[in-house]
Amino acid sequence: MSKTVTRPTAGTSAPVAATTTEAVLEISGLTVAVRGETGEREVVSDLSFKIQRGETLCIAGESGSGKSMTSLAIMRLLPEPAARIAAGSIMLGDLDLATLDERRMRTVRGNRIAMIFQEPMTSLNPVLSIGRQLVEAIETHTGLSGSNARQRAIEALKAVRISEAEGRLKQFPHELSGGMRQRVMIAMALALEPDVLIADEPTTALDVTVQGEVLELLRDLQRQNGTSLILITHDMGVVAEMADQVIIMRHGRMVEQGKATEIFAAPKADYTRQLLAAVPRIGDGAARADGTPITANPAHIAQVRDLQVRFDLHGGFFGGVTRRVHAVEGVSFSIGPNETLALVGESGCGKSTTAKAIAGLVPFSGDIIVNGRSLPGSSSAERKAVRRDVQMIFQDPFASLDPRMRVGDLVAEPMLIHGIGSGQERRDQVASLFERVGLSADQMDLYPHEFSGGQRQRICIARALALKPKLIIADESVSALDVSVQARVLELLKELQREFGIAYLFISHDMAVVENISDRVAVMYLGQILEMGTRDQVFSNPSHPYTRRLIEAVPVPDPARRRIRFERLDKEIPSSTYKVGDAPHKVALQDIGNGHLVAI
Amino acid sequence: MIAYLCRRLFQSLLILLGISIITFALLYLLPADPVRQIAGRSATPATVESIRRQLGLDQPFLVQYGRYLWNLVQGDLGRSYIQRSEVSELIVARLPATLLLMVGAIVCELLIGLTMGLLAAVRRGSATDQSLMVASFVGVSAPQFVVGLLLLYVFAVRLNWFPIGGYGTFSHLILPSLTVGILGAGWYARMMRSSMIDVLRQDYIRTARAKGLARATVLIRHALPNAILPIVAMIGIDVGILMGGIVVVESVFGWPGIGQLVWQAIQRVDIPIIMGVTLVSAFAIVLGNLLADIVAPFIDPRIKLR
Repeated sequence: MSKTVTRPTAGTSAPVAATTTEAVLEISGLTVAVRGETGEREVVSDLSFKIQRGETLCIAGESGSGKSMTSLAIMRLLPEPAARIAAGSIMLGDLDLATLDERRMRTVRGNRIAMIFQEPMTSLNPVLSIGRQLVEAIETHTGLSGSNARQRAIEALKAVRISEAEGRLKQFPHELSGGMRQRVMIAMALALEPDVLIADEPTTALDVTVQGEVLELLRDLQRQNGTSLILITHDMGVVAEMADQVIIMRHGRMVEQGKATEIFAAPKADYTRQLLAAVPRIGDGAARADGTPITANPAHIAQVRDLQVRFDLHGGFFGGVTRRVHAVEGVSFSIGPNETLALVGESGCGKSTTAKAIAGLVPFSGDIIVNGRSLPGSSSAERKAVRRDVQMIFQDPFASLDPRMRVGDLVAEPMLIHGIGSGQERRDQVASLFERVGLSADQMDLYPHEFSGGQRQRICIARALALKPKLIIADESVSALDVSVQARVLELLKELQREFGIAYLFISHDMAVVENISDRVAVMYLGQILEMGTRDQVFSNPSHPYTRRLIEAVPVPDPARRRIRFERLDKEIPSSTYKVGDAPHKVALQDIGNGHLVAI
Repeated sequence: MIAYLCRRLFQSLLILLGISIITFALLYLLPADPVRQIAGRSATPATVESIRRQLGLDQPFLVQYGRYLWNLVQGDLGRSYIQRSEVSELIVARLPATLLLMVGAIVCELLIGLTMGLLAAVRRGSATDQSLMVASFVGVSAPQFVVGLLLLYVFAVRLNWFPIGGYGTFSHLILPSLTVGILGAGWYARMMRSSMIDVLRQDYIRTARAKGLARATVLIRHALPNAILPIVAMIGIDVGILMGGIVVVESVFGWPGIGQLVWQAIQRVDIPIIMGVTLVSAFAIVLGNLLADIVAPFIDPRIKLR
């Protein structure tokens, strides 16, 4: 058998300009209906668009806009019979996918239209090797088998710039990082050189620096192969970075369609204008004029000194401790009243663990002083008092409210635990909290599932406020929200701060949000702080290379300022796991002026 | 791997030691007197005392247990009080029959249970699903001696397809295996159904479908190995449950296994046999769990033995 594989080698053909008038995919009047308790409901209504060869179409919208349902309808992967295509056509060449039978549809899926999904962690089968999953896609649609299919899989991995491609075939998904897995997904999707690639929120679950790299990869491969890309996203920064054409969707309907440059420069629909206005941008925060600059804080609400959190890993014959995860390694900072300190960094940097230590949720060493009380070495009554002063708001408003409790009881529960007030007093207090966070007191008897994501996050905020805390830890509290909701929740948090003088420890991976809300910023990497200073110091004069990279990686919601190339980041972030006895090198922070601390 | 095995075997020995102490103590505290059983009703007190001394049953508990343990370490399970032969020989003679029944029962359980569960999950919400789940409920709730007698009546007495009882050929094995297996099949059907439904909702199943794979490939290659993982762990634990069922079923079908041996021994307070069978069963359970743990990493590469 011949070893050479006949296929058009990627890159030799000239990049295809989007001038060919022939549409690769044309959708007209697409309507998707979902069966609910109250009968059928349209989640996508009368949607029409076409995409040409080599073109990138971004479908943008907030949750519930029907953008994901559209992509699943094109692939005919709707969860039937609960959801179905009620009307319209999906023309791929002269094939109407909307009416194609399942057997013939299978020859289209993966072969002519491929898809990549949001969650790289769960989108690959954990029990099958990378190679097996790649090869199976190739074998299904080409005549290739055995070593030929394997060879093509290796080429596909090389195309997405995975090093040691051959060895990777034997690896399993859990052995790869999120960014690597998403590259494997892209390799799998593009191995068969499909006409259309649908990417449904492909970078939402990734860290910003990895996001930039994956987007660039998609753009490069698209140029080489002339693939049409349908990119589904909620992130207007990503839209600006990638799109030729943009469709803005809301409640299942198209609100606006046009060239990316036009939509960003002169949005026609009100909704598009609102959406763009709500997007947090780096630079907005500096322009914020709230009059009271944070001066030297006379009293600290919270002080953290040389905080260390380590997790033991067991191994060996008797299951003793052989290795340790150094999650937080000598972190020190303080927060004053009325102040917001943002802790930023990528996943695994220890920012959430720091928060948990302050809230007393993980054992730690070092010193944490909240409102004059030291956390280690205090009596259990004192610890309870500290807990009263520190409250948390978590990321996922869907998971952090007990679905079987009424929301009023959820907000009252902290007061009950700490024995505050009588039943009626608590009820009155909860009612006023509800009004304060922008809900109505009549809603107290409802259950969490009856609220939207933004409303639930308001309930979480009310719950955190119930004990009149001195410090609120907001751990990615707005990350799961749509931008318009996010903007309103951020505004509420700022108002509450002005009113009650609460200090915030604001933990986030989103540099634009951080710039918008924080007074001071600390950048964490592998359990240590690399740079800390006021917002203006860190954003106007980022002095550590890692900080600069974090800021640069944020996609700017303006197609005119599209970057040509992202900084390559082929290296994986090193692990913070060490053998017992070994410890990471501790960085020393140096003051480069006015309290701006930078690791040297 | 070797270190892991050594550690697990060491742990198993500790478990067996614990079980031997507990069983020995329970039998010691039993109000029934084994010596009376051996000597018979007409024996004089002098004869009874001499037998008691001969067997060492006049010694304090710790001495008795110490002596038993010392013999056990040397591989000696003692002699039966009644049958006058080595316990180890009695067990070895009957063990193959029980193991055969056990294997038969596990095969029935998995074959029936997993197929039912898989079908129900794929046809979720349909009439097939509902009737399969009702059937599994009946399987789980029916007492084994009733199931055994029912099967005997229908398939052996009425239809004459299988022998009524005994041991020797393949057709002897079917009804007892089914009787033990039906209970487990009910459990496995329910577990498999919920596990499979859970897996079918996962993102990687959607990925597999998006690749254009055939439905059967998605089910068998992508869903099944993931769905079966929690069930493999159950099989290990199941060995213990099976042991209990086998004691009942062996006497219904006249199956010459250790279940019958221990049943007779309990009636006659034949302590060495009870001890021997208990330890062998415990060893089988421990081994079953160990096997399940060793198999798991072959199905799921994320599991590491350490």
